[in-house]
Amino acid sequence: MSLSTVETTAGEAPLEAPAVKGIEGRTPLQLVVARLRTDRVALLSILVIVLIILLAIGAPLIAAITGHGATDTNVDTGTDANGQPLPPGSAGYLLGTDNLGRDILVRIAYGARVSLLVGVLATAIATIVGVVVGLFAGYYGGWLDSILARIMDIVLSFPYVLFAIVLVSVFGSSLPLTILVIAFFSFAAIGRIVRGQALSQREKEYVEAAHSLGAGNLRIMFVDILPNLVAPVIVLATLLIPTAIIFEATLSFLGLGIALPTPSWGNMLSDAEGVGFQAWWFYIFPMLFLLATTLAFNLLGDAVRDALDPRTERIFAGRRKKKAAA
Amino acid sequence: MPDPSEDEGVLLRAEAIVKHFPIKEGIFFKHQVGSVKAVDGVSLEVRRGETLGLVGETGCGKSTLARSIMRLFPLTSGRLTFDGADLSTLSRSKMRPYRRGMQMIFQDPYGSLNSRRRVGSIIGDPLAIHHMAKGDERRRRVQGLMEVVGLNPEHYNRFPAEFSGGQRQRIGVARALALHPKLIVCDEPVSALDVSIQAQIINLLEDLQGEFGLTYVFIAHDLAVVQHVSDRVAVMYLGKIVEVAEVKDLYSTPRHPYTNALLSASVVADPDKARSRDRIILSGDVPSPINPPSGCRFHTRCPKAQAICSTEEPLLKRGTGDPAGHFTACHFPVADGEKLASEKATILHAVEGFLAEAPT
Repeated sequence: MSLSTVETTAGEAPLEAPAVKGIEGRTPLQLVVARLRTDRVALLSILVIVLIILLAIGAPLIAAITGHGATDTNVDTGTDANGQPLPPGSAGYLLGTDNLGRDILVRIAYGARVSLLVGVLATAIATIVGVVVGLFAGYYGGWLDSILARIMDIVLSFPYVLFAIVLVSVFGSSLPLTILVIAFFSFAAIGRIVRGQALSQREKEYVEAAHSLGAGNLRIMFVDILPNLVAPVIVLATLLIPTAIIFEATLSFLGLGIALPTPSWGNMLSDAEGVGFQAWWFYIFPMLFLLATTLAFNLLGDAVRDALDPRTERIFAGRRKKKAAA
Repeated sequence: MPDPSEDEGVLLRAEAIVKHFPIKEGIFFKHQVGSVKAVDGVSLEVRRGETLGLVGETGCGKSTLARSIMRLFPLTSGRLTFDGADLSTLSRSKMRPYRRGMQMIFQDPYGSLNSRRRVGSIIGDPLAIHHMAKGDERRRRVQGLMEVVGLNPEHYNRFPAEFSGGQRQRIGVARALALHPKLIVCDEPVSALDVSIQAQIINLLEDLQGEFGLTYVFIAHDLAVVQHVSDRVAVMYLGKIVEVAEVKDLYSTPRHPYTNALLSASVVADPDKARSRDRIILSGDVPSPINPPSGCRFHTRCPKAQAICSTEEPLLKRGTGDPAGHFTACHFPVADGEKLASEKATILHAVEGFLAEAPT
C-alpha cells in the first residue's frame, strides 16, 4: 500500500515540475478566448461565419471560375431548350439559374457581400452611437437623460418599415441609405442597455475615486465606466449583426433596400415570389444561407455572453434559436 | 476675519459646512418634499501634520463631511478653505488643480478600484489626469509608489481582482499618494479589513505620515483605532460635531453625554473589566436626519436632557476648566467623575455590543 503511494507520488513529481513557473495574470480577453475555445457551438459558428466571409471575399473568384457575372443573363447556357431555368447540378451551374438565366451561386456569393457589409457596418454605427448616447444619458442623468431615453423609446416603437418606405421614396434606395436606416433603428437597443449599466456604474465608488483624483466627466465616462460595459456591448453587438442582416433582407425583399439587379439575399427571395414548388432552388438557397449566417451569429453571440460571464445561464438561448430560424 | 498668523498652522478650515440632499417626488414634475440633513453646520480646523479623527455612528454624516471636504459635490452652504484658498464655490474644473493637494482613501477596497483596469493604470491615473508623467516615467513612478506602500512592483500589470483586501487598500493608498498631497482624507480605510490587516494598513499610514509629512482626516467608527492614530478627535452626531478635543482629553474626560455613551459602548478586551464597568445604554434609535430634533439633537436620547435642550441649540464652546482645544456642544456637560450610567443600564449591560457598531 505505502509502496504504491510512494510510487505514485514519485511518478507525478516530474509531471508537476514544469507547471511551476511564474504565475501570470490572464487578461479578461484571454479568459474569454480560452472559454470560447472549449465551446463547440461557438467554434462551429465561427467556422460557418468564416466560410461565409470567404464566400463573400471570393465572390469575384467564383464569378471568374464559372464565367458568369452576378447580373449576367446567360441567354445561351443559363436556360434549357424551352427557355426554362436550370435546376441545381446542371452543367456549369452548381445551384441552378433563375428565370433570367443568372447563376444563383454567383448571386448568392455577391449577396453575401451585401449582407455582411450591411450587417457589420450597420452594427458598428449603431454600437458607436448607442454607446455614446447611452453613456451620456446614464452618466449625466437629469433632463439630458429624460430627452435621450425618450428618443430611444420612440425609435424602438417606430414603425420602421413605413419610415423606410418614406425615406426610399424621397432619396431612392441605395446601400448607404439601407445601412443608415438599419443603424438608426438599431442603436436604441444598445443605447438602452448602456444607459442602464451606466446608471448603476456611476454610483460605484471607483467613479467617486476618479472624481476625487480630478478626472473630468468625459474621462470618467470613457476611461472608467466604458471598460466595465464592454461585456454587454460585445454580446449585444454580436447579436445585432444577424438582426441587421435580417433587417436588410426584409427591406430588400420589400424592394426598399438593395435594388435589383444588384443581388442581395433579400431581393433574391422577393425575386423568387410566385415560382412555387417548380423552381424551389430560387428561394431555398438564399434562405439557407440567410439562415446559416444569422444562426451562426446568434449562437456565437450566446457563446460570447457565456464566455464573458460564466455565471449567466443560457436562459435565452432556446428562444433566440427559434427567432433566428423564423 | 481670521487672523493670518493663526492660520499658518491650519491646513484646512471648514466653517459652518452644510450639505443637505434633496428628497424629490413626482413622476413627471419632480418637486422637493424635504431633505436629508447629512451635514448641518460643521466647523472644524485641521492643522498641518496632524491626524484629526472623526467618529460617530453610521449615518451621522461622517462620510458626507469627508466628501464635502473633498468637494466631491457642491456644498449647500458654508466656507471651505484649504491651504489659504477658498474652495467652497469652485466649479469642478476650477477645483482640479487643488485636488493635487488633497486626496482620499476609500472605505471599500473592492468598490473603489476599477476592476477592469490594471493596477499600474489605476495608480498612474492621477499622474495621467494632471499630466505629470507619461510612458516610462509614469511607469517608474508608479512602481516606486508600489514599493513605498509595500506592493511588489512586478505586479504592475495585474488586475485588482488578483489582490487581497489588504493589498487592494495599499493600491488605494498608493493612488492617493501619487500626487504628493498635503492632506489625505481617509474614509474608514480599515473598517472593511480583517483586524490583523487593519494593523498593517494603520502602520503603513503612520509610516507614510512621518515620511511625507502628511495630514490626515481619519474617519472611523472603531474608537480604539481612532485613539491610536489621532492627535485630535471630533465626535459627530446627526450631522453636527458635538465634541472636539485632544485625543487624551477626549478619552479621559469626555464632556458630552453622547461621547460618554460612545466610549462606554466600545469593546473592552478583558471580560472581567467589561462586566464591571458602567455602561450607558441610550434609549431609542438615532432620529431621522430628514427631520432632526429641535434644539440639541441629542436631547431625545440624552440621560441629562432638560427643558432648555429641546429649545436651544448648544454651541461648540470650551468648557470651564477644560484644556485649550477641548470644545463641547452641550448645555450640561458631564463633570469629572460624574456617573451617567442609568439604572436601566445595569440591567441591560449584559447585552453586548448594543451600541458597539458592527463593522460594515
